[in-house]
Amino acid sequence: MAEKTPNKKNKVSRRDFLGDAAKGVCGAGLFGLALGSVVAEAEGKLPADAIRPPGATAEADFLSACVRCGLCVRDCPYDTLSLADMGSSVVSGTPLFVARTIPCEMCDDIPCVVACPTGALDKSLTNIDDAKMGIAVLVGHETCLNFQGLRCDVCYRVCPLIEEAITLERSANERTGKHAIFIPTVHSDKCTGCGKCEHACVLEKTAIRVLPERIALGELGAHYRWGWVEKGNKGESLIEGQGIIDLPDRGYNPEPSGFPEKSATGGYKGFKP
Amino acid sequence: MSKMQNPGAAAVEQKGWLAAHKWLILRRLSQILFIAAFLVGPLTGFWLVKGTLASSMTLDVLPLTDPFIFLQSLVTGHVMETNAIIGAVIVAAAYFLLGGRVFCSWVCPVNIISDTASWLRRKLGWKKTGVRLDRSTALWTMGAVFVTSALTGTIAWEFVNPVTMLHRAIVFGAFASVGLVSGALFLIELVGGDRIWCSRLCPVGAFYGLLGKVSVLKVSASKRKACNDCMDCYAVCPESHVISPALKGEKDNRGPIILSGDCTNCGRCLDVCSEDVFEFSLRTRNKLDDVRPNEGSAEDGTQRAA
Ligand code: SF4
Ligand code: SF4
Ligand code: SF4
Ligand code: SF4
Ligand code: SF4
Repeated sequence: MAEKTPNKKNKVSRRDFLGDAAKGVCGAGLFGLALGSVVAEAEGKLPADAIRPPGATAEADFLSACVRCGLCVRDCPYDTLSLADMGSSVVSGTPLFVARTIPCEMCDDIPCVVACPTGALDKSLTNIDDAKMGIAVLVGHETCLNFQGLRCDVCYRVCPLIEEAITLERSANERTGKHAIFIPTVHSDKCTGCGKCEHACVLEKTAIRVLPERIALGELGAHYRWGWVEKGNKGESLIEGQGIIDLPDRGYNPEPSGFPEKSATGGYKGFKP
Repeated sequence: MSKMQNPGAAAVEQKGWLAAHKWLILRRLSQILFIAAFLVGPLTGFWLVKGTLASSMTLDVLPLTDPFIFLQSLVTGHVMETNAIIGAVIVAAAYFLLGGRVFCSWVCPVNIISDTASWLRRKLGWKKTGVRLDRSTALWTMGAVFVTSALTGTIAWEFVNPVTMLHRAIVFGAFASVGLVSGALFLIELVGGDRIWCSRLCPVGAFYGLLGKVSVLKVSASKRKACNDCMDCYAVCPESHVISPALKGEKDNRGPIILSGDCTNCGRCLDVCSEDVFEFSLRTRNKLDDVRPNEGSAEDGTQRAA
């Protein structure tokens, strides 16, 4: 009896063990899948108006580091930052700011980055002018006062990097025929995404918005070259004198000599649309 | 009211209400302290502790970081900065000394909810209702959390962790979230099954339970010879399976220390035992001669016979 009991126990417990392990693996697998899909779902949906604090690493790296402690929030002297509440579309508990509500004042000592214990805000950012929280884009061409030829200039004036991150680019006002238009133009290499312009825009709904880089910027195809840049680099055209055959352009067939004549309707003679 | 619905009555009679609730009261004070300390800053402007349970800074000198969160970040391949590393080491060392799941019973805000739900289940006589899960389930969820973290490259549990969500919502004043999280957890614990969240599912508890397998401060049934089999400790213990090996270990030549990492060092067994069988002790004092002889055995014998 005393010898049998441990034997019997062993057998049962081995079978139990295998059964339990199988159940455990399946259960844990299901749970892991569920958790994984929650993570994947939440990860990709950082809304365009939620801007991460200065120094925030790329979103994927950020979510491997940020522990949602809010130390950055606590140390921001302007109450710019807040932690996303549950049910908001930002990953719950992670820090963000909405520029139209309170923009980042670009503190010289960057207290938010200094406070972060995890490296989610990168300490290698020591000059706030190098921050890349996002990039301002003039989205409201139809409402921006400057774009209509008025002189509002407010977004330009409030920019901490005035004349670097944002300039007023002059063009002719064809509506009046004699005035200039000063278009607020953001330069992505200098704009920090602090959102001072978005915050200050005088319109009911801002015409200039800080957007995450992934939304704000276009990108050339890898093979694409600006001809004039290449020409400048080389000192002469890359294609002239290379024996490249210039095929006739479709639609516009200029007379073999001289400038095309204007037709009576205002078009060019010989132009076949 | 049956005895199982009202455990600890004998202890109250014997020792008085205060002595029979000593550890419970201390524990509630500690839990409140771990919330209040974080609220001093936002309420008064004097920043005693900044941050949350996930990571905090006390008086601008003492960094503390949750080692479970730290490790999840580590498996994604991210190594945190010095402050967080120091913080995680300090916290892990503290729980190594005081008992792994001391986090559960003395710090975690969910414990109040779990205790309340469990108390209500006892009063309603629901002790045996609800889903039964194996004790190892929480370890599996913990494993799955690490795997998911590694695969998704994120601190996976923090996307849903009700422990830090609740604490963060309290500290940052998100009261709707406080209500939502605590309400959901209360319902899960009330109708889902006995301590279904805290002792069967929560990966945080499982993690600290692992630490508890080696931690130093432990509960000892050092006066187990005086046990009168009232079963009150089993009724109140959130992890009642941990008691028998120590309390009834005499016949198997086992020492008096409750060795299981599942024990939360909550001290409720110390409170409700009218014979003061239990005391806090050290893992090392687990020899058979660490069992104290029963001074009142003669009296006990007569009492039981009567
Ligand atoms: S740089 Fe200053 S204002 Fe901007 S988020 Fe950091 S602490 Fe706040
Ligand atoms: S301080 Fe760092 S880890 Fe904490 S919430 Fe801010 S970014 Fe996240
Ligand atoms: S502040 Fe607004 S309206 Fe004024 S120029 Fe800038 S974008 Fe246009
Ligand atoms: S098991 Fe989890 S929720 Fe329960 S007390 Fe422990 S850490 Fe908190
Ligand atoms: S054994 Fe005692 S101290 Fe440990 S969990 Fe149970 S009641 Fe609490």
